[in-house]
Amino acid sequence: MQRVGVFVCWCGSNIAGTVDVAAVAEALKNEPGVVFSTDYQYMCSQAGQDIIKNAIAEHNLTGIVVCSCSPRMHEATFRKTAAAAGLNPYMVEIANIREQCSWVHKDMLTGTEKAIILGKAAVAKVNLNTPLTPGESPVTKRALVIGGGIAGIQTALDIADAGFPVDIVEKQPTIGGKMAQLDKTFPTLDCAACILTPKMVDVAQNEKIRIFSYSEVEEVGGFVGNFDVKIKKKARFVKEDICTGCGACVEKCPMKKNPNEFNLGMDNRPAIYIPFAQAVPKVATIDPNACNMLKNGKCGLCARICAAGAIDYTQKDEIIEEKYGAIVVATGFNPISMEKFDEFAYNQSKDVITSLEFERLTNAAGPSAGKLIRPSDGKHPHTIVFVQCVGSRCDACAEKGKEYCSKICCMYTAKHAMLTRDKYPDTEVYVFYIDVRTPGKNFDEFYRRAVEEFGVKYIKGMVGKVTPEGDKLKVQASDLLSNKQLHIDADLVVLAAAIEPDKSARPLATMLTASMDTNDFFTEAHPKLRPVESPTAGVFLSGACQGPKDIPETVSQAGAAASKVIGLLAKDKLTGNPCIASSNELMCNGCSSCERVCPYGAITYVDKEFRMPDRTTKIRRVASVNPAVCQGCGACTVACPSGAMDLKGFANSQIIAEVDAICK
Amino acid sequence: MRVSYFPGCTLKNKARDLDEYARKSAEVLGITLEEIPDWQCCGGVFTTAKNEVATKLSSVRALKYAAAKEQPLVSVCSACHNVIKQTNHAIKTDADFAKKVNNYMAEETPYAGETQVYHYLEMLRDLVGFDALKEKVVNALSGKKIAAYYGCLLLRPNSVMQMDDPENPQIMENFIKAIGATPVVYAMRNECCGGYISMESPDLASKKSNAVVENAKAAGAEMIITACPLCKYNLIKNGADIPVVYFTQALAEALGVKEDTNE
Repeated sequence: MQRVGVFVCWCGSNIAGTVDVAAVAEALKNEPGVVFSTDYQYMCSQAGQDIIKNAIAEHNLTGIVVCSCSPRMHEATFRKTAAAAGLNPYMVEIANIREQCSWVHKDMLTGTEKAIILGKAAVAKVNLNTPLTPGESPVTKRALVIGGGIAGIQTALDIADAGFPVDIVEKQPTIGGKMAQLDKTFPTLDCAACILTPKMVDVAQNEKIRIFSYSEVEEVGGFVGNFDVKIKKKARFVKEDICTGCGACVEKCPMKKNPNEFNLGMDNRPAIYIPFAQAVPKVATIDPNACNMLKNGKCGLCARICAAGAIDYTQKDEIIEEKYGAIVVATGFNPISMEKFDEFAYNQSKDVITSLEFERLTNAAGPSAGKLIRPSDGKHPHTIVFVQCVGSRCDACAEKGKEYCSKICCMYTAKHAMLTRDKYPDTEVYVFYIDVRTPGKNFDEFYRRAVEEFGVKYIKGMVGKVTPEGDKLKVQASDLLSNKQLHIDADLVVLAAAIEPDKSARPLATMLTASMDTNDFFTEAHPKLRPVESPTAGVFLSGACQGPKDIPETVSQAGAAASKVIGLLAKDKLTGNPCIASSNELMCNGCSSCERVCPYGAITYVDKEFRMPDRTTKIRRVASVNPAVCQGCGACTVACPSGAMDLKGFANSQIIAEVDAICK
Repeated sequence: MRVSYFPGCTLKNKARDLDEYARKSAEVLGITLEEIPDWQCCGGVFTTAKNEVATKLSSVRALKYAAAKEQPLVSVCSACHNVIKQTNHAIKTDADFAKKVNNYMAEETPYAGETQVYHYLEMLRDLVGFDALKEKVVNALSGKKIAAYYGCLLLRPNSVMQMDDPENPQIMENFIKAIGATPVVYAMRNECCGGYISMESPDLASKKSNAVVENAKAAGAEMIITACPLCKYNLIKNGADIPVVYFTQALAEALGVKEDTNE
């Protein structure tokens, strides 16, 4: 028989306001096994914890029940208290009489009655508790960063700086991500390439960092500290270690008319290409859908021209298997498709472009060498209309847009408008907005300068329709402040498209069993207090995969994620959760029900020799749980038809005892 | 196939073409339009007067009649269709509204929004099929460049009407192709003609209507078709210099059942 102590907490007036705590302590005194029962104002305080420790010693307690707040809040606290007094920490049970009782009831009588019932259930359970010891697992001291944009780059550099090896997996032929495509960055107007490319070079030169470019994560197994990851390195038909990036093949390739992804299809690239001059790794890649040699076996010009002999038309996709202690998701974002926004005539006119396309048009390395021109006829646009919130904050058009604010558009539109007026003062620039949102250091000052110094015409109201007529774009809009309909003949219309998580995020979340919100952004473990951790242990979040973010915010989050990874990798061993499943081999009939429902693949079957009553031996197939992989979800205990599977700390007998206590 | 048919007031007066050609064409296509006995005015405008339950009752009666017959309810006037469809949607989604309506109706069985509501164009697309329609065409309007004018009421609010993409609709263009003509796609096809503003501020209505006609002409249209009597009125009143006709007239012509009785 256990010797149980009961400790009822007032939580100030949080519990005591609706629950008669003294009555609860008194009532629980009569429960089986209870030898001590008391109440106190703040059980979690030092004084409260001392009451518990003293009682354990004085009354020789073997188990305790704390009637207090949710176990999410203070279970760990009270387990530590018990351990400090020499009690096994798993001999502690919490009865949640705050969130599940005092906070939801108004009447003292019903509140007290329910608190007593919850307390009785916890006492019934603790009577059946057994001491548990957590297992330990080693930590693989290597991190995986998925995505090689500015978020992934910064995270990898910070982890490597602390001395741990890092691998970056990037699905494009080069790292750099969206930031590599930008022209200038707000609010300081530094050139994006000038601040990004040195970091890319740092990554390439860092001995601790390996880059798997043109690669994707295929499979993730294992658990925190011990992830097993399969990475598919797609065939680029160029030997990465031999290619010098001289570009001779790119120049000679005859298949020149393929839409250039880096310039968003606004110009063409050859079948063999290097995305941009500062690409890392700077090696060529052959597009198998465009290359005549790969499609029809005719050509082979690049192989002949390559002095290094790096071209290999027979290259195959390669699977790399590696172990990691921690995984950082940095899969980033994309602008949403404008195909469905026909009111803005994006499909009808080449002169209706997205803001990212505008970045390429003003970038010195872009399709027009930085000269702002109309894509249709190459002429200089004299009137430009910027439309903000295209597809953002759009609850009425959920099937094509997003309900959330994309956060970065107000600032980059102000940047585009300002730079246009600065470089081409003869251009009239209009910006249509719902609200201008510019919180951030030096952000609002930046926007004010666009209006006051550079004469950008900001108009509150949305554009209703863009109609291509002749070589003009007729823009119909409302000016909400003066309550007027406006008609503007524009030469160029720029749409600030909403941003959404990259399409690769959803399948990746499934592989990682990491949770996502309805918009496919990764969910953080706590929105305020654990913003860079996923609820899945060992998985961390960096950058826009968690929500829309600008560069400064992304870099801060990338550093924060790195520090969490470093904290994990610095440990030699991880303490596991002892509340895991185990199978009673004598009762197991080997039916495989548990194996089928286990989401973690923790259950395998082994053939085991059993001694029968007649002294013969018999080999039977029985379930075996891998304690390092089991997460203690309990699915197997429900699935097991013979009752052989049980969860430590949450045994079937304990649950039934709780139910019995409640129903008594 | 038999369907319940709600013609609407205008179709008995100014818009007889819309009604008569709709009936004749439906016969050719094997659909019998059963006119609901004793139908009343649809109530005119839904959006600005949802709270006023009384004006919705005639729509509910029509819907209930079709429900009793287990037939889809078809109408051809954009405005009537809009009111009926929105009323049906409100009954399905707004319990308060449904309760009020059924209290007014005071019938034995309440109406819960079970009737399928079709616009005549949707009937052509979903019940007849544009391919089947094409086969019945005897007098293809080949070479004719026709601009479809949707106006507002057919497509919006999209969450309720669910007819087609309100920014890039295809249904009328596909209809035009089915009768052998060439559709002209132009930007203003889903813009407002001015509507009832023509009573209060004729200049504004004129501006709106002209913008539609000019844009259609610039895109090469020789004729404009519409399903809405008010759109047709505004476009013609404000001096459209290409023919503006009901889509049912073009349909009847293609099916060989157009007689020049009304012109």
